Amino acid sequence: MGGATHARWAACAVTVALAATACGGGGSGGGAGSGIVSSSWGDPQNPLEPANTNEVQGGKILDMIFRGLKRYDPRTGKAEDMVAESIETEDARNFTVTIKDGWTFSNGEKITAKSFVDAWNYGAHLDNNQKNAYFFGYIEGYDKVHPEKGEPSAETLSGLKVVDDRTFTVRLSQKFSTWPDTLGYPAFAPLPKAFYDDREAWLSKPVGNGPYTVDSYTKGSQMSLRKWEEYPGDDKAQNGGVDMRVYTDNNTAYTDLMAGNLDLVDDVPAAQLKNAKRDLGDRYINTPAGIIQTLAFPFYDSEWTKPGREKVRRGISMAINREQITETIFQKTRTPASDWTSPVLGADGGFQKGLCGKACEYDAAEARKLVEEGGGIPGGRLKVTYNADTGSHKEWVDALCNSVNKALGKDKACIGDPVGTFADFRGKASKQQLDGAWRAGWQMDYPLIQNFLEPNYFTDAPSNDGKYSDEEFDRLVNEANGETDTAKAVGTFQDAEKILAEDMPAIPLWYQNGSAGYSERVSDVSLNQFSVPVYDQIKVE
Amino acid sequence: MGRYVIRRLLQMIPVFIGATLLIFLMVNVMGDPVAGLCGDRKCDPATALRLKKEFGLDKPVWQQYLTYMGNVFTGDFGTAFNGQKVTELMSAAFPVTIRLTLVAIVFEIVIGISLGVLTGLRRGRPIDTAVLLLTLVVISVPTFVTGLVLQLLLGVQWGVIKPSVSSEAPYDELLVPGLVLASVSLAYVTRLTRTSIAENRRADYVRTAIAKGLPRRRVITRHLLRNSLIPVVTFIGTDVGALMGGAIVTERIFNIHGVGFQLYQGILRQSTQTVVGFVTVLVLVFLVANLIVDLLYAVLDPRIRYA
Repeated sequence: MGGATHARWAACAVTVALAATACGGGGSGGGAGSGIVSSSWGDPQNPLEPANTNEVQGGKILDMIFRGLKRYDPRTGKAEDMVAESIETEDARNFTVTIKDGWTFSNGEKITAKSFVDAWNYGAHLDNNQKNAYFFGYIEGYDKVHPEKGEPSAETLSGLKVVDDRTFTVRLSQKFSTWPDTLGYPAFAPLPKAFYDDREAWLSKPVGNGPYTVDSYTKGSQMSLRKWEEYPGDDKAQNGGVDMRVYTDNNTAYTDLMAGNLDLVDDVPAAQLKNAKRDLGDRYINTPAGIIQTLAFPFYDSEWTKPGREKVRRGISMAINREQITETIFQKTRTPASDWTSPVLGADGGFQKGLCGKACEYDAAEARKLVEEGGGIPGGRLKVTYNADTGSHKEWVDALCNSVNKALGKDKACIGDPVGTFADFRGKASKQQLDGAWRAGWQMDYPLIQNFLEPNYFTDAPSNDGKYSDEEFDRLVNEANGETDTAKAVGTFQDAEKILAEDMPAIPLWYQNGSAGYSERVSDVSLNQFSVPVYDQIKVE
Repeated sequence: MGRYVIRRLLQMIPVFIGATLLIFLMVNVMGDPVAGLCGDRKCDPATALRLKKEFGLDKPVWQQYLTYMGNVFTGDFGTAFNGQKVTELMSAAFPVTIRLTLVAIVFEIVIGISLGVLTGLRRGRPIDTAVLLLTLVVISVPTFVTGLVLQLLLGVQWGVIKPSVSSEAPYDELLVPGLVLASVSLAYVTRLTRTSIAENRRADYVRTAIAKGLPRRRVITRHLLRNSLIPVVTFIGTDVGALMGGAIVTERIFNIHGVGFQLYQGILRQSTQTVVGFVTVLVLVFLVANLIVDLLYAVLDPRIRYA
């Protein structure tokens, strides 16, 4: 007994001594050597491979260590050639891809046409369980390597053919004129041989062809990326490297930023938005991102498809005071939506402010009239389902319901219906088990109007959880995809979007901004259209 | 003694099975975990089916449980959704949380018992009242408030510590989080020791010891304290488990990547393997800590004997 207490006293004395030295050295901040940026990060949900990463945390890393055929300009969002020298087509269906000379992976391996074709075949094959496999769905032969039921009957995509070291051809299963513009998505990145030789080893320290290399990676905790000096591209890193630190709670990350312990927080917590401007001044950025939030309806429920119900949906839309909610709850980090796309597309890309018309403007009297004309809300009450574990969904759903109740003059016309976890919420939505409206969010994969419309509202599309279906809409989308002239294609997509304005299968709520704050040590910080910091441009003082 | 330990170890088996089964069922009731893996879109059905097969989710729950338990006995705790082995997650998380718990327990013992003895011996004096009031305040303020206030004051305002703990989580960085984690228990330990000491001060054996002419120091440490520590040891023993499992709040505030972090993430992502694995180990820690407490009784109090 006596011995044990002695040992404890000794341990305590040691810890106190350690604390004293820590206090002395605490002022140096987060910088380990000059020129290294420290940034907040979240633990990626999936293994860090290109065709398996579908969320923003893993996407941040892929954006640093990979460069694909195309890359979206962080400022304009336009798809520019990166590793590709040219991608040519005559019929919007057969494409010839030529890649630039001189590109290598950071381990020295030369990048050839095969690096792409093999990676895409890997990503598409059912046996590899890649969550982004459907991105290869436009390529001919996808149904053979990734059948909806049963075993795959082919090993590779028949639509991909290597011509020589620097050329390969792609044949799509249908016309899709803007297909090259989708190639900036990380799923289309090339992979080195090392990946196939030892996937486990590669995953613990990924090797790519981007401006950074992975120096060390402690899963679930920290990743250190360093500048790749021999990087062949034009967008060389402007800093010595980036240390990505995993934070469980973005409030802690924000506190660390305030204490000078961290350089960059790319997700300012909702609770701190009010203070962020005062705390950080112009070191707080708030820029549009390709994210739209909507309220979706169940078209698998006959109550909602009856003629006249579109009036009810339009009425509900008009009962939502978007201005007020975005201002008071989101502190202007959201902008009231008036179409089904995003401002980051730009007018040329298909964004059209006010396409939704009066139906997306607040008008309580008109809202009440429309809901009555349409036969009232089915079941007398609108349930709005959301997941309560992330974001501040509870706050805005309550505010939205409050706004609807006030406009319709009924106390219980709209109620929030929280679901415990995101996984459970998604499970219910994708299995058509929700019996009211629900929050639906869409973060674009690539800056094309097609990406906002087709996956969400095309008949039986992967994210069309409400099972909305309209023949004319489908016809126009197909027509737009086959159109080789981009401006014409965009116009046709907008015609399709006008059908949404009539039918209101989902109510546009607001466009989401990306927000970030940074320390005085760094400059030239910006966010791209995916609300991911443009790490390679950050300069350290 | 040996037979007693064996009996207790055997009793652990049903408790262990019951606890893991309950956790297993609870996580399963939460719905389809694969649906959350594909973000705001539906996983394509073929891939979803493959993933379910890979994680064994396509089988009935009882079969999943049996397979899982079978694997656990061979040391295989399964794979989390991000492709990491759960044992790998454990080997990263447990050392951190054990260090944090150790710091907390040391605080409890050193500060809690010292204050308890001090106030117990000076009952009714100003120092006693002051400490009692202080413990009352500590008990009534929730941990996250104490944590956030200390973090803001020490970390941001005065710059004495870093607001968050680095990924290596050495002992010196865990001092403040450890104190926060220990705060409420510390107050209880103080109060328990105080009451116990105050009660035993009038006991016959203490009077005898004083009458024998033993020095005051020896009376207090050898006779009074040793006998008064029994309830305190029970409390601290059960607290080990509670601290390890209950560190979620503290670990979140100070960004410590320990057991609480893994559990929280496991629950959010509905990763059955992670949650059940970690809770299983926590259940074991609870059971072993309780056994050690019971054995310590015999050391502290000669009247207690285990046949």
